[in-house]
Amino acid sequence: MAGKRLAKGGRIDHDRPLRFTFNGRAYSGLAGDTLASALLANGLRLTARSFKYHRPRGIVGAGVEEPSALVELTGADAAGNLQATTVPLTDGLEARSVNCWPSPAFDLGAVAQLAGRFIPAGFYYKTFKWPNWQLYAPAIRRAAGLAAAPRTPPAEGRYEARYGHCDLLIAGAGPAGLMAAQVAARAGLRVMIVDEGTEPGGALLSRRLQIAGAPALQWVEEAVAELAALPDVIHLQQATVWACREHNYLMATERAPERPGLMERSWRIRAGHVITATGAMERAIPFGNNDRPGVMLASAVQSYVNRYAVLPGRRAVIFANNNSAYAVAADLLAAGGQVVAIIDSRADVPEAARALVPQLTVRAGHVVISAHGARALRGVRIAPLAGGPEETLACDLLAVSGGWNPAVHLWSQSRSTLRYDEALAAFLPDRPAQAFSAAGAAAGAFALEDALRSGAEVAARIANVAVPEIPDAQDLPYAIAPHWRVEAARGKAFLDLQNDVTVDDVHLALREGYSDVELVKRYTTAGMGIDQGKTGNVNVIGTVALARGLEPGAVGTTTFRAPWTPVSFGAIAGMRDGQLALPWRHTPVTQWNLDRGAVMYEAGARWRRPGYFPRPGETMQEAVDRECRAVRFGVGVYDGSPLGKFELKGRCVGRFLDFLYSNIMSSLTPGNGRYGLMLSDDGLIMDDGVCFRLDAGRWMISTSTGHAEAIHSHMEEQLQMRCPGWNVLITPVTSQWTNATICGPQARAVMEALGTDIDLSPEAFPFMSLRDGHVAGLPARVVRVSFTGELSFEVNVAPRHMRELWDRVMEAGADFGILPVGSEASHVLRVEKGFLSLGHEVDGTVDAHDLGMGWVMSRKKDDYLGKRAVAIRRAGSHGGAGRRELVGVLPEPDCPIPEGAPLTPGGRREATEGFVTACVWSVVQERWVGLALLENGHARQGETAYVRLKGGAVIPVRVSAPCHYDPDGQRLRS
Amino acid sequence: MPQRYSLVSLLRHGLNRHTTWAPAWRSPQLKDRYDVIVIGAGGHGLATAYYLAKEHGVTNIAVLERGWLGGGNIARNTITIRSNYMRDASIPFYVKSVALYEAMTRELDFNTMHSKRGMIDVIQTWGMMRDRRRRQHIMDIHGATYEQLSVAELRHRVPALTGGGPEARLPVLGAFVHTDAAVNRHDAVAWAYARAIDAMGGAIHQQTPVTQLLRGRDGRIEGVETPRGTVRAPKVVIAVSGHTTSLTETLGLKLPLRSMNLTAFVSEPVRPLIDVIINCPDAGVYLSQTDKGELVIGGPPDPGQSYRRDIKQGVFEETVASMLSLFPAFKRLKLLRQWGGHLDIAPDASPIQDETEVPGLFVTAGWWGGYKAIPAGGLTLAHLVATGRPHPLMEPFSLRRFRHLDYQMETGTTTAR
Amino acid sequence: MLLITCPFCGPRNESEFVYGGPVKPPRPDPATRDDAEWTEWLTHVPNPVGPVEEQWWHARGCGTWLTIWRDTRSHDIVGAPHDGG
Repeated sequence: MAGKRLAKGGRIDHDRPLRFTFNGRAYSGLAGDTLASALLANGLRLTARSFKYHRPRGIVGAGVEEPSALVELTGADAAGNLQATTVPLTDGLEARSVNCWPSPAFDLGAVAQLAGRFIPAGFYYKTFKWPNWQLYAPAIRRAAGLAAAPRTPPAEGRYEARYGHCDLLIAGAGPAGLMAAQVAARAGLRVMIVDEGTEPGGALLSRRLQIAGAPALQWVEEAVAELAALPDVIHLQQATVWACREHNYLMATERAPERPGLMERSWRIRAGHVITATGAMERAIPFGNNDRPGVMLASAVQSYVNRYAVLPGRRAVIFANNNSAYAVAADLLAAGGQVVAIIDSRADVPEAARALVPQLTVRAGHVVISAHGARALRGVRIAPLAGGPEETLACDLLAVSGGWNPAVHLWSQSRSTLRYDEALAAFLPDRPAQAFSAAGAAAGAFALEDALRSGAEVAARIANVAVPEIPDAQDLPYAIAPHWRVEAARGKAFLDLQNDVTVDDVHLALREGYSDVELVKRYTTAGMGIDQGKTGNVNVIGTVALARGLEPGAVGTTTFRAPWTPVSFGAIAGMRDGQLALPWRHTPVTQWNLDRGAVMYEAGARWRRPGYFPRPGETMQEAVDRECRAVRFGVGVYDGSPLGKFELKGRCVGRFLDFLYSNIMSSLTPGNGRYGLMLSDDGLIMDDGVCFRLDAGRWMISTSTGHAEAIHSHMEEQLQMRCPGWNVLITPVTSQWTNATICGPQARAVMEALGTDIDLSPEAFPFMSLRDGHVAGLPARVVRVSFTGELSFEVNVAPRHMRELWDRVMEAGADFGILPVGSEASHVLRVEKGFLSLGHEVDGTVDAHDLGMGWVMSRKKDDYLGKRAVAIRRAGSHGGAGRRELVGVLPEPDCPIPEGAPLTPGGRREATEGFVTACVWSVVQERWVGLALLENGHARQGETAYVRLKGGAVIPVRVSAPCHYDPDGQRLRS
Repeated sequence: MPQRYSLVSLLRHGLNRHTTWAPAWRSPQLKDRYDVIVIGAGGHGLATAYYLAKEHGVTNIAVLERGWLGGGNIARNTITIRSNYMRDASIPFYVKSVALYEAMTRELDFNTMHSKRGMIDVIQTWGMMRDRRRRQHIMDIHGATYEQLSVAELRHRVPALTGGGPEARLPVLGAFVHTDAAVNRHDAVAWAYARAIDAMGGAIHQQTPVTQLLRGRDGRIEGVETPRGTVRAPKVVIAVSGHTTSLTETLGLKLPLRSMNLTAFVSEPVRPLIDVIINCPDAGVYLSQTDKGELVIGGPPDPGQSYRRDIKQGVFEETVASMLSLFPAFKRLKLLRQWGGHLDIAPDASPIQDETEVPGLFVTAGWWGGYKAIPAGGLTLAHLVATGRPHPLMEPFSLRRFRHLDYQMETGTTTAR
Repeated sequence: MLLITCPFCGPRNESEFVYGGPVKPPRPDPATRDDAEWTEWLTHVPNPVGPVEEQWWHARGCGTWLTIWRDTRSHDIVGAPHDGG
């Protein structure tokens, strides 16, 4: 039955057989085949079952428009939901049809066909309500989906992305695209021409036409060769331009880049101008059972005959409302096929069309009302359009042409507009919204000579050159009388084959009030399949137009959304994979930390810091306690390099910092520093850090690790946009200064053991001051700040000296039992001290007063960022009362409290009055201590508050001052 | 009452080849006067009209829609319904909304395909772990569920999540499951409300853009101007996410809102793979699988104010890469469709529902993830419009709060730009 | 991916820039404004359907803060509207 391979011809290599399997059976095809052409050549008709009714389906199209023949590839190239018409046949290909089990010929889901009458569009909105949807959802979800999801990433192979820059991007290497490329490239433009087919030529590959007196494909070959010889032309095949973004930024994916190990390559193209030479797609005419395997688009039949040397049927009937199908009939005849008749819905068929196939019977003014056959087409029933006697024509192939739709998707994605053209019965590009032009069939120039001319003219205009002479090309002029549906159709007449949407479904939607074309689409799901309605959408519009008595142009199209065809997520992500997705920032001692088994934490801004250094057999708590004790009773050291650091230089820095910080920095003397807060102008705490004056006009500030870039941006914004003319230069120096911070009562002893030319005595080098000198023989800047509450020396050196410094610190500290300290221990130490941590205590609702840091909000300065806002907020609706304030909490009885646990009045189940921001085991108090934000907390010290945990457990806590250790700060000043 | 929807009615109409179904709603004539005009037939506008009619007997309502019914953000969101918030002001509101959604199919006799499948938050940083632990306790107080899962439990529950191992850039540290969370069919929600509003006498007018708000001599709202004529009402509700300020500025009324474009995309349909909503706050991506088999995936908004329903390629690529870092097998999965929706955001990123300084003119705006808030948002706004008093669940989210900079911050230390 | 023209570096991809919000009126002297005026200045920004002036920081470039007029409907970068328009 059905299809057979022609002995010669086509764009295939008759001497290179390829073996493949389909649904487990072995077949053979030829090099140059698609999976679809190979299946047809093997006489296979039934290739799939439909989504909803599980009706038998065959191959309908020959390219990206295919709505029916969906396959899944297994084995090494596993991928789902592919159109058989776009899968190039390779040796060993393993494919199977989707959506049918166990096989398309014997599909258990086909019982859905029997119930078909009772499951119209939107039936699920009206039923499955009792007792609830979840009872039915699992069964329906099992029926849902087409192919299986991929289980594993590609075993090998990678994706990459690159940028393309061109004066002109041409989407489509058909006659119009190639012509345009030729004109533009000859004029010296940088041209990219991107085509989704396996070879250039577009529609010419499927047709028997001549250009300049020679076969059209010879002209294609010459044009391609000329382009290849030009240096500024990039020509990609098997590459799809799938999205157009703003400012002519377009996305393309190359599916078969010629590089070992590379699966796909993404192109991000910035184009001066874009020509959409994307061709046109044929649409069908809905009639009864128009989904039977053997009913194909006429253009697809032509493609199989001419390009793949496959005769898809022995006895063909043509059903058309336009001229283009007459050429298909002629090609079928030329290939030795039999054509029973041409059924043309037009009463008057143009003489030029008839003249192509004078020997054929043309049944003008007739339509096909239904197709016959169960699993494959056996015949069609035809009748006069005006009514009258029906007759049956036996056939195994029906080639349908309902007219042509320019592929306007890319055009529309750019927000360029469309207009409905009545003469062509199609939506055509109208006004461009970006630097866009359309050419060829994509612009409605369907006949070959028109397409060539349109490509040349558009390119000449862009390149600002004269239009060259257009080569002579003969083609049948296009003429159509639209026929949106066969009114006398018997049986289901499908508009969208993939989602099983029929003409009746659209009528039902309209009847029920879903009258807008967007509502029709959503209610019926028309056009929402993998093919995105490439063949069906315009027929839906036509059907709506007929039913509502409107012109299709008045109904309008639904939105065209990227992508044009499905694109793999791997290609979209490109090289953002694995460690490249978000590379780590390393300090010179990161490796040292890793070598010692540190558990590493994300520390913000892509830095990673050690959380703690567990020893064999030690729990996390034991390790953290050990590190804390070292700092409190001996000495510890941590790598503070990731902290954000900026140097500010200039005459106006003091004034500038006074505007940025809530407290006064301009009064600092060289060598001294101060802790400060930066607020946003609406009074929220942005960051905290220290600020040191280096000399009269140089300052150094620190920011929290994660906020460094935001603060940099903030400072530059304030300086450039709000303080123009101020003499301030800001330099980020986070990576220029690395540091080892030695902290603990023995810190001075370790510093002395390291050897330094800086006087370390508290009198000469007090807390919150800074000295430049040498440590361990290395040039160093030592800063006396403390984030732990202990005596600390932050020894800053250039990164190239950091590893050496670190090793020397560990050596010098060995006698004092020095330990590396991770961020867990740092957290414990700061909680003991009641020091602020932005991530814990600051959540966008508290201000400095709430945190007990009212002293940091200068009263002397008239203005600084956030001053007015804080005042307004505190004076606001609550009059400053009922604010959540920072307190210490001591669980009674002693027990840990989960961080974030809420405090409620009396521990009752009601709205909270605060929450515990942190709770740690204190090595100095030898008990659990915490911090909390508590309503009116400052006035409640000594009272009991109540933590209420999930599940209802209540923990009483004694409210205390936030500082649990050394409240006078003796130790850090020592 | 409209004809009931059931299996029986489906069979009965099936025998007539479904030619006997009545319209789900009428196409009524536009009158020149109503008691309440609701601008916007999106989720919030429809829900407000529904509750005005149902709870307060206000049935002389017109819902005016610029485009097509349900064509606002209700048509372009990621259908996530949840209540895992962090503050006393927010959680009870969303708990109510989740409950109203659960009852919607029965209440409105329209299958909204509510699927209470739960949501899992995948945690990859300790800061996020802290944030989520905090939610866990406070959500419990307000009756929302949130349970911590170990990494092993997470991987057992979501086998497709194979990334985020110990060597990964952001290793998975744990997860929280919010069992109340659900997805449903967004179009059905719009249609179900529209049908119910129509049945109670309310009128929905599509293709009726409001070009100007009208204010009386007394300063009160008086009605609206449309290309189909002037329509008057003593009360007007603005429920037009993204376009709120364009409307209020026709009266010179300024609101603290910026309009942004939030995008989402779907994969090709595949067989059931993930039966829960997955949210990855650290990676910046969330996804769920529809009944049809498509994965619906969302990420952060485009930078800058935008009315272009496209997606910024940079944002999109980051979101896809984030998803692949946790679901590397999806490299072979294909993108099918992408879209954007316009929303407006207040300085504290929380909603605004209030009567404006123009008496009789109400706004509901600033919804960020407003799909989940539709039923409760309609309930509370109807209460405000009908009684003149804010509903207790929405009281903190007044417009007046900005006079005192009394921000209702859900997360974060600083406001979005 | 906008193509933003930096006054120093020329046209560059948006990925080199950090978005900095719409341009507000200049920050007033707080002493000359009452609370209501101040909170309005803080919380209100222009939000047009059409051209908006906005700030960008050339973070992965020369570090300049610059302003452009961008049409929020199309992302087109447009000229500044005429004064008094």
